[in-house]
Amino acid sequence: MKRLNVRFEFFLAVILLVIPTMAWSDDGVPEAVLEAQRLRTEAIARAVKSAISVYSADGKGGGSGVVISADGYALSNFHVTSPVGDYMQCSMSDGRLYDAVIVGLDPTGDVALIKLFGRDDFPPAVMADSDEVQAGDWCFAVGNPFLLATDFQPTVTYGIVSGVHRFQFPAGTILEYADCIQTDASINPGNSGGPLFNADGQLIGINGRGSFEKRGRVNVGLGYAISINQIKNFMGHLRSGRIVDHATLGATVAVDPDGRVVVSNILETSDAYRRGLRYGDEVLRFGGRKIRSVNGFKNVLGIYPRGWRVPLTCLRDGEKYELLVRLAGVHAREKLIELVQKKTRKRTGRPMPPDKRPGAPDKKPLTPKGPKTPVIPDALTKFIKKKAGYANYYFNQQSLQRVWNGCRTGGDFSKFTGIWNLTGQTTDADEISIQLGHGNSAVTVPEGRSTVVMGTDFSEQLGPAGSGGLLAALHIWRRVLIEGPSKIGDAYYLGTQPLRGHDGLFDVVVVTFDVVEVQMSFDPASGRLVALEMFSELGEDPCEIYFGDYRDVAGLQFPHRMLVRHGDGIFAEIEFVDIELAIAKEET
Amino acid sequence: MSCQTRQFNKLRWTTCLLVVFTLVGQIAAQPAGGETTFAPVVRRVQPRIVKIYGAGGPRGLEAYQSGFVISSEGHILTVWSYVLDTNFVTAVLDDGRRFKAELVGADPRVEIAVLKIEAEDLQHFNLDDAVELSAGSRILAFSNLFNVAVGDEAASVLHGNVAGRTRLAARRGAFDSAYDGPAYVLDAMTNNPGAGGGALTDRRGQLAGIIGKELRNQLDNTWLNYAIPISEVQLSVEQIISGQLQPRTDDPDLRKPEAPITLALLGIILVPDILAKTPPYIDSVASGSPAEEAGLQRDDMILFVNDRLAGSASDLKETLSFIDRIDEVRLLVQRGRTLVETSLFAPDE
Repeated sequence: MKRLNVRFEFFLAVILLVIPTMAWSDDGVPEAVLEAQRLRTEAIARAVKSAISVYSADGKGGGSGVVISADGYALSNFHVTSPVGDYMQCSMSDGRLYDAVIVGLDPTGDVALIKLFGRDDFPPAVMADSDEVQAGDWCFAVGNPFLLATDFQPTVTYGIVSGVHRFQFPAGTILEYADCIQTDASINPGNSGGPLFNADGQLIGINGRGSFEKRGRVNVGLGYAISINQIKNFMGHLRSGRIVDHATLGATVAVDPDGRVVVSNILETSDAYRRGLRYGDEVLRFGGRKIRSVNGFKNVLGIYPRGWRVPLTCLRDGEKYELLVRLAGVHAREKLIELVQKKTRKRTGRPMPPDKRPGAPDKKPLTPKGPKTPVIPDALTKFIKKKAGYANYYFNQQSLQRVWNGCRTGGDFSKFTGIWNLTGQTTDADEISIQLGHGNSAVTVPEGRSTVVMGTDFSEQLGPAGSGGLLAALHIWRRVLIEGPSKIGDAYYLGTQPLRGHDGLFDVVVVTFDVVEVQMSFDPASGRLVALEMFSELGEDPCEIYFGDYRDVAGLQFPHRMLVRHGDGIFAEIEFVDIELAIAKEET
Repeated sequence: MSCQTRQFNKLRWTTCLLVVFTLVGQIAAQPAGGETTFAPVVRRVQPRIVKIYGAGGPRGLEAYQSGFVISSEGHILTVWSYVLDTNFVTAVLDDGRRFKAELVGADPRVEIAVLKIEAEDLQHFNLDDAVELSAGSRILAFSNLFNVAVGDEAASVLHGNVAGRTRLAARRGAFDSAYDGPAYVLDAMTNNPGAGGGALTDRRGQLAGIIGKELRNQLDNTWLNYAIPISEVQLSVEQIISGQLQPRTDDPDLRKPEAPITLALLGIILVPDILAKTPPYIDSVASGSPAEEAGLQRDDMILFVNDRLAGSASDLKETLSFIDRIDEVRLLVQRGRTLVETSLFAPDE
């Protein structure tokens, strides 16, 4: 009895003592609060490491950015890097200053990719899935507002997400913030290009814009960040060193009196039209999202690069139908280059938006008179290559080489310059026989024989009928495999794109041969050529060849199956039974 | 062990467990303070926030503001402003539905108005459940500031704290406000263009105040972020909904007097009535008239006549036509940013 009592008393005492100490610290702050504070501090400490401040070569102006890979690739805003130029310096919280060069530009999306040098173990930010972000979530911005970080320590501003999937109309001529994240974390001039993190310190966006209006260029509670998911779509393109373009459907939508989002205008030359989209069709889903407003539609358009194929679900006469639409570019290539160059020229030597400190009078920022050519360190000059249409051609050459090297791991075709004889059967049991040569090629199908001859317009030789130019495409394919993309015409690395019937993104190389353009998609893991699309003419559907069943032929990995599509239909699915690749010299 | 001691022990263990549960319960009920996200709260509040579109345009006057639903049958509380100076006020609900909103009534003294849309079963705030905040309280501010959201897009939400509860009158001269009562001063940038009429809630999403109109400090060009506590406007809202503070409408049961009062009898000349809802500004006052005696001035705007909302020039004339010319006319006018009450009688004939 006595023992039991003691045990009971002891138990009560323990409970009374332990529970309060579990929940409250000595100074009366609930443990949950202290725990939240600890997590917050840790997240900030982690995230701050990846933040950078961007300065022009003369140490002035600039903005912010964030490192996203150990080898030094970093994101910023186009409007931050464009006045700075091809070469810049970036500071990090480790107190060091790193040299950096421009890699790729997305002027419409206001994104710039740069590369820092000097380390191979930069601390990259971890990217989150920004579609998971919700209004009310905690978030924080890191950057260099008002260029306060004279000791290179970035500023952290905490807030919540005020809204998601916001559409902010183009400011001036070009910068459009589609599908962006709105936050009340203080975003000021100088924060531009810097990261927006979620509460766990994962990257959800790139800060770049605010609503200001009549209260001067200081934060009034509304900042906007480009969603990191949008940037993920553009990442391959940005790494290509190009000036990349955004997309248009070739059709516009409007809300009708019944509140339906309907096609209000459509170009007959657009892929959307060829796929069957018509005036008055109701748009139900686009890119996997429900469309309930014009802004919602523009938000989806804004997150995809030009040329991507995006699913569209429409309703016509009560019938639902689905399309896979290839998006066209927003700008003509020349126009885009002109916009970028004009912007650069206009702003050269000027230290950027953070030109005004709060309360400072509205006067011209202090800038050196006239553009000053920055002195680029010798070690860096080889990483900068100028070419029209490119932010930095160096990175395009690197990527092109990387993709081509990957492809060649499957075999070196350079000796197989003789006739390639491919014999096979279609799934309809039709015999098909293909001879590919250097000067001309031929294909024989039950309907007859087609040829392509070098020296005559390739866009006129689109046999076999209904294929969109299968023979010409294969002719170019052979030439590329033997000679390499750069040898046979103008070739460049486009970036990454999704591929019909495949998961993930594929490295795309574009080759112009004769008057036609060929897009080749390579599996980034195996390096293998997965698809080739030949565009004979603007406004025409390409011939699409999907390669499969790679097996050994004469020590080379060679596809034994080809799925050939044109327009909405399958032209043929071919299984090759006999493949001969001649090393012998040229045919007659 | 005797039966008695066993019972005693049972009691002690029960007591002990009760103590434990009470303590655990208290801890659970403690404000967590370290919320990982406000997202569930935000989702719950947003269906009640309304985007309001009306008059505006020239001189940078935004033609939009915010409001929130306060009854299931479509009453909307918002700020009383020029945006409502039109017969075509549109209210857009969170789900994207658009309604033509009727002005039920307004109380310019607390700068609020109540609108009504033809809708049912709406998610709404109950003003009776509104909470009081004190300095340091965490707040969420819901509004369509800068008209960022359109259609079915969710209104914006900002977070912050109550910096203090004070009377706006304390800053008279610096901030021009007709309302001089208590207000929550906030440390967040809540009062932007279009934010007026938005909802201020605590961190659990419970209604606490209505975001006020923009107030600029004339001395240093800063802007005040504030909200008016619901307790300060609740009586006005009830009066408006119950039929007071409304413009006199055509009520067949009400008989007009044979000899009603007129503006001419009082010596009041309004600005030309050229709009659908011309605000009843006094253009001039006849010399020697009751209006002059009462001290009315040019540019005074008539807000109330015998506790009836004047609303517009035509509403004012209609309201006067119900008053016998031998009766007292009490006018509440706005002069600059101050409210002036006067009493007039028509001259004997």
